[in-house]
Amino acid sequence: MIGSGLKRTPLFGEHISSGAKMSPFGGWEMPISYEGIIAEYNQCRKSAAVFDTCHMGQFKITGDISNCGIENAVTQSVGTIPVGKSRYGFILNERGGVIDDEIIFRVSESELIMVVNAATFENDFSVLKSRLKPGRIENISSVFGKIDLQGPLSREILSDILGGEVSLKYFGFSFFDFLGEKTIISRTGYTGELGFEIFVRKEKSVEAWRKILSDKRVKPAGLGARDILRLEMGYSLYGNDLDEDTTPVEAGLEMFVCYDKDFVGREALIKEKKEGLKKKKIAFKTKTRRSPRRHYKILRGGNSIGEVTSGSFSPALSCGIGLGFVSPEFEDEKEIVISDGRVGMEAEIMDLPFYRDGSLKN
Amino acid sequence: MEIYFTKEHEWISVKQNVGTVGITEYAVEKLGDITYVDLPEIGTEVKQGETLCEVESVKAASEVYAPVSGKVLEVNARLENSPEIINSSPLADGWIVRMEILNKDELKNLMNREEYEKFISTLS
Repeated sequence: MIGSGLKRTPLFGEHISSGAKMSPFGGWEMPISYEGIIAEYNQCRKSAAVFDTCHMGQFKITGDISNCGIENAVTQSVGTIPVGKSRYGFILNERGGVIDDEIIFRVSESELIMVVNAATFENDFSVLKSRLKPGRIENISSVFGKIDLQGPLSREILSDILGGEVSLKYFGFSFFDFLGEKTIISRTGYTGELGFEIFVRKEKSVEAWRKILSDKRVKPAGLGARDILRLEMGYSLYGNDLDEDTTPVEAGLEMFVCYDKDFVGREALIKEKKEGLKKKKIAFKTKTRRSPRRHYKILRGGNSIGEVTSGSFSPALSCGIGLGFVSPEFEDEKEIVISDGRVGMEAEIMDLPFYRDGSLKN
Repeated sequence: MEIYFTKEHEWISVKQNVGTVGITEYAVEKLGDITYVDLPEIGTEVKQGETLCEVESVKAASEVYAPVSGKVLEVNARLENSPEIINSSPLADGWIVRMEILNKDELKNLMNREEYEKFISTLS
């Protein structure tokens, strides 16, 4: 049923034996759901869920950070990231469009790890290579098998597994002794809940997966639940809400851009702000349980003013939620209509996040 | 009470000239968690095979087709706020509409339980 050419994570066998529904995602054959998307969503919101994120890409950047070209390659300030902390940002093209969104971890004064999306990592790597001094960046994507443990109980569970209190702050990380190895564990995620990303070595990923799932408070969750969890927080998904024709300013993510340095795309962003944006991201909820979906039109007074880039039913709000882009003059409207061409649903523009009761900052 | 099935995975159970319509376990398994049912208006008349209503799951929106021609007499109002009942009980509590059957001859175009089970065993 699934064509060849799709890559499989080291946890593929675990997913198959637990009866997961598999589907292509970013060139990988990934679990969409196990027992059911909403059940897995609830598992993450109420207890803890474990996600296979082995497909994501990682690069190692070494040497003098202030002088290797990384500041020029990304939007976030890298030199000011303290050791043991990470920071979110973007790789932009010359037009200010987003080539990828990424997180940089400061492992030491002279070592960074960058985590990028699965579908984009090959292109990211060649772009970064061209922007960095020779020999400074290494693709280590096949070294790690990343596993995310997310949910209000995740700290308690992880502390039990590691045999000691895990007291990482939000976006903090450290090395822990896990399965007899020095392992980076970071307090980051994509769900809006307290949670951790565990950078185990690929060879250890099955053992790590089983160890985490041996705690009965944890269940596996697939990409279906992950998409709803992230959308309820308003987190952008690369390929849907971000792409090479969308700038961080248009996407409302300018807080992850540091203008106090030079970087590729900077001039384009400044020019865009001066001349006016072409589009602006909005977040909306529908006044029905109907789900908005990607590519549905956004209407105002019967006229199309934009398009939905992500949409779903929100279990937390019991209505449809979505992200989309509209012409900037409509950004401050309140009432819009979302249409698939047949049915229109009334919707209301609102501030993010949609979901405000998460354990993210606990 | 007799029950019939369509190739599009609806079921209709028939008592005199009234049919209760829902979607099958197979359909529910394929759709995943149902989040919304666009219930038809009472009195709506549909022909066999026409769209009766729409159900949405976390994955997609799908149409439910009328197993036979008829007129909607009643809708399952519980589904408005709790469409997940279809997931937990597709063949009983998760019924969607009751309709007046206009032409019982059309039931001959449908499958009985045994035929339907054989039919789904041929699907992937």
